[in-house]
Amino acid sequence: MTPGEKRNLRNGLLFCAPWFVGLGVFTAYPVLASLFYSFCDYSILQSPVWSGIENYQRMASDVVFWKSLRNTLIFTVMALPTGMVVALVLALLLNTGVRGMPAFRTIFYLPSIVPLVASTMLWLWVFNGKFGLLNWFLQPIFALFHASPPAWLGDPNWAKPALALMSVWGVGNTMVIYLAGLQSVPKELYEAAEIDGAGAWRRFWHVTLPMISPVIYFNLIMGIIGTLQVFTQVFVMGGPEGNPARSTLFYALYLFTTAFYDLRMGYASAMAWVLFVIIVVLTLVATKLTEKRIHYAA
Amino acid sequence: MQPRTPIARLVIYSLLVALSAVFLFPLLWLLATSLKPIEQTMALPPTWVPRACYATINGQRMEVTLDHEVSESPETWHVTERSPTKMRTKELATAVVPRSEIEMELKPRWENYRIALATMGGRSIEEAEGTVAKRETGIGQDTAVNFVVFLRNTLLVCGLGVIGAVFSNAIIAYGFAKIRWKGRDALFAVTLATMMIPFPVLMVPLYGVFKSLGWIGTLQPLWVPAFFGAAFNIFLMRQFFRTIPEELSEAARIDGCSEWQIFWRIILPLSKPVLACVALFHFLSAWNDFLGPLLFLTRKHTFTLALALQNYQSQAGGVQWHHLMAASAVVIAPIIVLFFCTQKTFIQGITTTGVKG
Repeated sequence: MTPGEKRNLRNGLLFCAPWFVGLGVFTAYPVLASLFYSFCDYSILQSPVWSGIENYQRMASDVVFWKSLRNTLIFTVMALPTGMVVALVLALLLNTGVRGMPAFRTIFYLPSIVPLVASTMLWLWVFNGKFGLLNWFLQPIFALFHASPPAWLGDPNWAKPALALMSVWGVGNTMVIYLAGLQSVPKELYEAAEIDGAGAWRRFWHVTLPMISPVIYFNLIMGIIGTLQVFTQVFVMGGPEGNPARSTLFYALYLFTTAFYDLRMGYASAMAWVLFVIIVVLTLVATKLTEKRIHYAA
Repeated sequence: MQPRTPIARLVIYSLLVALSAVFLFPLLWLLATSLKPIEQTMALPPTWVPRACYATINGQRMEVTLDHEVSESPETWHVTERSPTKMRTKELATAVVPRSEIEMELKPRWENYRIALATMGGRSIEEAEGTVAKRETGIGQDTAVNFVVFLRNTLLVCGLGVIGAVFSNAIIAYGFAKIRWKGRDALFAVTLATMMIPFPVLMVPLYGVFKSLGWIGTLQPLWVPAFFGAAFNIFLMRQFFRTIPEELSEAARIDGCSEWQIFWRIILPLSKPVLACVALFHFLSAWNDFLGPLLFLTRKHTFTLALALQNYQSQAGGVQWHHLMAASAVVIAPIIVLFFCTQKTFIQGITTTGVKG
């Protein structure tokens, strides 16, 4: 190595030094440790005891585990596509060049930065079966059909849709990303399409969508990773047991209570690694499925 | 995609207005509920405006609650005096008053906020309202905590975290962006890969690390890690640094500047946008963080606002919605204010991550 290269190496390592601690202590060590714990019996009060694949075997027959996984996947299927579509629609509306766009954008964005605990409290109140805002609106509509609106968080069948609805309220972040993507589509493309006689829908389908496909892909991946780990809303709304009737017992919640309430940290670590694998697999699947349709601007 | 016809513009505008109303309603409802007296929160149909009813009983005009209509003569109500100071129900004056003699006044209950903040720390409502002397703390009991403590804890975690996040990531990103060294790109690829790791994987061992450091129960686990870098922020800053022309650094090197001087004197001042962005987003995520405090904080006087709020909900026997909404409003308000002061940075930051990321 030349003296210059040596000096650069030294400087490079010095500058990146804090990250070595961050990466080593707060990332690499925990990753390896949790992998190790997943093969052990571990309550934090005692040292871990090797137990092989027992945790994973137990998981396969754990009814609650499968329920929590099912809950999370159902929620993801409910919330993710809905959220992405709503975010895109809002972004398209904002992108039309109407007056006062920044004001509207603020209104749609604000809910997504509100502290999750506080907004969950609010929605607990909005979803209140008797006095909540939502059912006040729905009551007259349902009355037309001689029915009454659902009890939302009091009904195991409606708790997840309620959570999905709440997550759509927080879609502002995704919307802003779509908006930025929409605004970077070159106007000439639209003009050319119009000259060729393309109507609004065809312009959308053949110009807009392909041009923002990287953004859609980004939001999809972020959405998958985030939705599978939902914790705060579920904890605050349904408590550690995932009330009502475990319908809000999501994966991350079950993992948390297993680790810190039941003190079965080996089992929880195994669950964490299963989650990791699921995320990686879903990300790869999503990537493979959308590969050919993502158009990166030259 | 400009709307061509006035009709199209009208449709789009009406859609936007309607959707805005839908998005705003919950926040307005939060505000409305926080200003109501408890009986109005449970009123059917729900009301938006907090009212106070006044009637004259025994020659004295006083605030009353409407109990029920007298069945024999409609439009006549049985009312009871409303007094925060009188404890026993027997002491409260009652009367039967025709509807026409009941005056309604707009009266937002700002005291809900005062009471909510006081009871959030554990004081009972009676203590907060002043009808009962402050409870003497028993030996070993968790004493009631002042709301200001929660705020202070949160500001501490946020403030220190921001300092750590901005400086550590800038330094690290400089190492990745502006210096060529062996193994740099491989390490950066690893850095990016770590962004995929879900937090639950790190959660249990991290708890173990902090436990062996003796930090469980303190605020340290919430802000110290910020001083050692975060993959996402490193990525963001590196991308930004790379847009700064290399000529500037080279010129400085020729003048004999050390790498640190180049970083501190040239690169950093040019990077204000990305520094502001990282600072803002770290502050936001630290303020909103719930899982972290839930994991690492044990005693109430160390709680942050997010944890204190959740604890407040599970604290009271029956939920006092108006107090809960008032407390929630207090936790939300600073963020909204912060947003309006820093809008540009916010939007800039998100678009950079989403579009160029």
